[in-house]
Amino acid sequence: MAKKSLNIIESAYRAVMEEQDDTILWLLAAMQGAGGVHTVVLRGNAVNYAIAGQGAPGLTVGEWKQTQAPRMDRDVVDLIENRKIPVYVVEEDLAERGIASNELVSGVKPISRRALPELFVEYDIVSHW
Amino acid sequence: MSRKTLTFALMDAPYESANLTTAFRILDAAARRGHDINVFAYEGAAALAFTRQSPHPNPVHGKNLAEENHPTTKDQVAALLAEATKNGGKVDWVNCGMCVDERGVGEFVPGTRRGSPADFQAFLDASDNTLVIPTK
Repeated sequence: MAKKSLNIIESAYRAVMEEQDDTILWLLAAMQGAGGVHTVVLRGNAVNYAIAGQGAPGLTVGEWKQTQAPRMDRDVVDLIENRKIPVYVVEEDLAERGIASNELVSGVKPISRRALPELFVEYDIVSHW
Repeated sequence: MSRKTLTFALMDAPYESANLTTAFRILDAAARRGHDINVFAYEGAAALAFTRQSPHPNPVHGKNLAEENHPTTKDQVAALLAEATKNGGKVDWVNCGMCVDERGVGEFVPGTRRGSPADFQAFLDASDNTLVIPTK
């Protein structure tokens, strides 16, 4: 039986344009498909991934054009709805950035910093990315 | 606007940092304006022009090779050279030789070349301005 794994994601938008996704969200989706049991906590700048309606224009260099630019909100929804990976967002990190809860994609779960230790004990592994 | 000579030092490896996306947006703008561009590709950036990079399908995205259309920095480098030429500028793209050897990325996009810190020094001395985009 797979160990329960909690993944705290803080590094955000690091290589999303080049990879057309976040490499850690991608990794967890792939591992979930391989039988893993993962949960995500978005903290720090990564809480921005949960804002609905975001997206950057694809990169253009001369005649070369990127056609599949990343959409991080779409990828968060994919985790929740299709991969069945719960996604939490840290409330204080949202507030510090002026992000209101009605700006978020549906399905993400706000959690306070003080509640995190109680969440940690539910998991076999806690990883900070 | 008069034609300038602009030097860029890049350090990040492909597929690991947003710094390179920013760099290519700036490089593209410079090439479109016909400026002469020097690039010193140092450390991980020595792999940007490596020709054996391959796009891949993405099963997590549910996309085949064509649908994913995964970007490769080698294509971006080649497009930059072509765009500069089209607009009357040129690109002197130097891949740090020792960095290349360490990483085994010695097959470059045509039009780029192997070089050394001496090339970067020459770029600094001959340029109107220089932008270093360091790795963090």
